[in-house]
Amino acid sequence: MTIIRRPADIPSSEITAESAYIARREFIARAGLLGAAAGAGLLGIGCRAEDARAERGAGHVADSAGGTVASQDKLNSYEDITSYNNYYEFGTDKSDPKDNAQQLRTRPWTVAVDGLVKKPKSYAFDDLVKPYKLEDRVYRLRCVEAWSMVIPWQGIPLRDMIARFEPLPSAKFVAFTTLLDPQQMPGQRRRVLDWPYVEGLRMDEAMHPLAFIATGLYGKPLPNQNGAPLRLVVPWKYGFKGVKAIVKISFVAEQPRTTWNIAAPDEYGFYANVNPEVDHPRWTQSRERRIGEFRRRETLMFNGYADQVASLYRGMDLRRNF
Amino acid sequence: MLTAWRSSLGADQIRDTEIRTGLWTLRFLAISLAVTPARQLTGLGTLARYRRTFGLFSFFYACVHLLTWTWADTNFDLPFMWKEIVKHKYILVGMLTFLLLLPLAITSTKGSIRRLGGQRWNRLHRLVYAAAVTGTIHYLWAVKKDTFFPVVYFVVFALLLGYRVARSRGPAWSLRSRTAA
Repeated sequence: MTIIRRPADIPSSEITAESAYIARREFIARAGLLGAAAGAGLLGIGCRAEDARAERGAGHVADSAGGTVASQDKLNSYEDITSYNNYYEFGTDKSDPKDNAQQLRTRPWTVAVDGLVKKPKSYAFDDLVKPYKLEDRVYRLRCVEAWSMVIPWQGIPLRDMIARFEPLPSAKFVAFTTLLDPQQMPGQRRRVLDWPYVEGLRMDEAMHPLAFIATGLYGKPLPNQNGAPLRLVVPWKYGFKGVKAIVKISFVAEQPRTTWNIAAPDEYGFYANVNPEVDHPRWTQSRERRIGEFRRRETLMFNGYADQVASLYRGMDLRRNF
Repeated sequence: MLTAWRSSLGADQIRDTEIRTGLWTLRFLAISLAVTPARQLTGLGTLARYRRTFGLFSFFYACVHLLTWTWADTNFDLPFMWKEIVKHKYILVGMLTFLLLLPLAITSTKGSIRRLGGQRWNRLHRLVYAAAVTGTIHYLWAVKKDTFFPVVYFVVFALLLGYRVARSRGPAWSLRSRTAA
């Protein structure tokens, strides 16, 4: 099995200078909702300079993330990101989540951490995120339906959060569960999917520096339709891996049963890595439509993050493990 | 008007246009198939003259639907389109549906009825039932998970076709003979 290599890395000298990056960040923040001028972002990674931990993380990733600096990647607008959502808990139309998610109460919010961890515990959302400095990440999001967006998230690297939970060596996978509350989530009143929504990662995937827990976007708290108060973002996988409104994080020894995989095992795999060579029965995956663009563009292996993540799958048949 | 259309669409305007034009194709197909039962049940003979109009509306939306896919979606990339058609059965069935509607639109003129003769024309236009079935299958297979609305369309077409089957089974089934009895 050979993994498609991306074109040669851009030398680190060509990566946007930190000061310019921060200046642009401030500019973007000022540009606010419009975000129209938020041109070429540091695709793949971005960190606040003042955060020591983030700097370390950035150093680690930026070396290999050079290849993901892609000037043709323009941020999608706040309006597009918050009005075009797949979030079946609030309805199956793309516009349903924005219409139906506004009444969801995201405070108080507790996240239960259980399974193979040193200290199973329930955390109030604010206590869960308090120890961390929020980081910025501009990631491409590639939906299995062959469309994509570029989204500026804020949040916490998943591995930093996991480190605090102290998983046992026997933990091989981590599973995330969405809130189950048909009262607040009208989509759950119909069994379109096997509620509650569960997604999972292999432990080494979860510990990858790119795996991210988002709590905000465009510098604002995460809107309900995007998965408030916290959601998973795994940029090299199809969007459905990004489980929203997380209430439970479980460390387990066996591969968890995940929602779309249960719904249609031949269509949605556990790994769900973006792969232009493996088609879905309904969608050809070699191309995608970037929201806001007219022509389809070529889909990149691992959504363009191959340099960083391909090593996780060395020796695996990605056609079988789709 | 274009602006109004665009602002009413979601972020993926091409996909939304495909969905809407596809749905209007099926809706006008259902309306055109409802004309005859409505005429027979209400006795309003004037309804008959709208049947062709509704049928052509359906075909018009089918054309826009197909054009959206061939032009906007795939940019007339013929090799890519061919691969898509053979790879995804829902696209194949969609193409079949268009091919079924095409001769009906072509022969929709009064001159065609005259040239073909009423009986042959009628027989040819029974293709509309096949198109209703394949069109709904196209919709069902294109949908990701929530099959509620495709099923609704199936039920509507089943009722419209069922009415005709029942009626052709003999006068005992028809409303008029029941009221007469």
